[in-house]
Amino acid sequence: MGAPIVIVGAGQSGLQVAESLRSEGWEGGILLLGEEAVPPYHRPPLSKAYLAGKAEEAQLFIRSPEALAKKRIDFRPGSRVAALDIARQTLTLADGSQLDYEGLALATGARNRALPLPGAELDGVFGLRTLDDTRRIAEALAATEAVVVIGGGFIGLEFAAVAAAQGKRVTVLEAAERLMARAVPPALSDFYLALHRAHGVRVELGVSVAAVLGEQGRAHGVRCADGREFEAGLVVAGIGVLPNDELAAAAGIACDRGILVDACSRTSAPNVVASGDCTVTRLEDGSLRRLESVQAAVEQGKSAAAALLGRERPFSARPWFWSDQYEVKLQMAGLAAGADRSVLRGSQEAHAFSLFHYRGEQLLAVDSLNQPQVHMLARRMLDAGRSPTPAQAADSGFELNTVLATPAPAMSS
Amino acid sequence: MVMITYVEPNGGRQEIDVPEGWSLMQGAMSNGVDGMEAECGGSCACATCHCYIDEAALARIPPAADNEAAMLENVVAERRPNSRLACQVKATAALEGILVELPAAQS
Repeated sequence: MGAPIVIVGAGQSGLQVAESLRSEGWEGGILLLGEEAVPPYHRPPLSKAYLAGKAEEAQLFIRSPEALAKKRIDFRPGSRVAALDIARQTLTLADGSQLDYEGLALATGARNRALPLPGAELDGVFGLRTLDDTRRIAEALAATEAVVVIGGGFIGLEFAAVAAAQGKRVTVLEAAERLMARAVPPALSDFYLALHRAHGVRVELGVSVAAVLGEQGRAHGVRCADGREFEAGLVVAGIGVLPNDELAAAAGIACDRGILVDACSRTSAPNVVASGDCTVTRLEDGSLRRLESVQAAVEQGKSAAAALLGRERPFSARPWFWSDQYEVKLQMAGLAAGADRSVLRGSQEAHAFSLFHYRGEQLLAVDSLNQPQVHMLARRMLDAGRSPTPAQAADSGFELNTVLATPAPAMSS
Repeated sequence: MVMITYVEPNGGRQEIDVPEGWSLMQGAMSNGVDGMEAECGGSCACATCHCYIDEAALARIPPAADNEAAMLENVVAERRPNSRLACQVKATAALEGILVELPAAQS
């Protein structure tokens, strides 16, 4: 028996690497090392259905341990890797034991950016990323009436929506002048601001948080730099993540705020691939792209498995992402960066509309609210390089699927 | 438990006991049934848990909500009258013994 392929990280992406290796025909050993004590689980429902009490914990696990064993995936929970030696193709676990590998996949994920504030260490202050975080937040939420959310991004706002739906007094404190500023255009920030306020959430923009206040080791509020204080039995911080690239960097693998990979998930080291939230992708034009999404975790995982077997399977699909807040489902296709105009289709008042983002006549991205059909069509149009004209996009009487039915245009980009 | 027979794209069959209240997606994923991706984890956001439900059983389950129906418009494999997203169909006693067939492609 040769050495196994070792996968460091048993989240969505690590699991995908393992399963794709099997489906691509790898017959050798597969070792899936996870730091957490539980099998790989679906992370998106944590801030949505699970916290809302609509799913029990067992429903979060993607595969049962038995299903993994059946695919001959040797899953080892509670395993932390301390060091890699890429020249000798070995890794050292935290308990000092060493493992040889034939190929290595790094799917180490990301961790929450820590709150750089006095009081951040108090009980009742949480980030929301892992199942363990979520269990503790659910417990704390049940025991308090007042919640402060620091950071008005996707995670913070999804949590705020869940807490508000449970009748809690919720305050969202955002440093920027609008919500989800990194990911959505101003029109959507405005829409979500109104949506949260309509559900009784207090949203403060452009505020800087100075400290978490507490007594006897427990948080009871938050103080802003302008002196205002907000009461809170529970403080949830959603202020972004940091890629877990230290293990790779220490081993001499090229990193740049993430493990550097190409579209095929290959790193700078031979026989070492990386996928998911721990990576940053160098695109063909030399620019760097970081996607923190399930789609990237899965697609990069498939590419990584193929690359370990010497095949090229680039992740080329346009990015997509979604967020559930209250009864509104936001689904995003493509990336709007660089757009010079946006066209509205549908009705903002009815909470059912899409924004089509263009650069010139070229469609770059479509954000859809409660318009799943438009979202799915948008993904297909973007992948196929097709586009309705801005006038067609704005005309809700125009059948978008006719764009896909017409012959393909000559590819220009 | 509700016994569901999943038919994988290669024709393989798996008889699975799915806890009542779980979705047909969760029952399949947890047990490693091939032919389902379920990228979004059950949020009705990705349409990669497309399945074909036993025609005879269709009348015994609640019809697709608007959101699910809209996602089904654009699934990758052929859409049939008995197409559903498995994450939106809960296992209940009414489904005991049914066949759930998985398409060749999800994405």
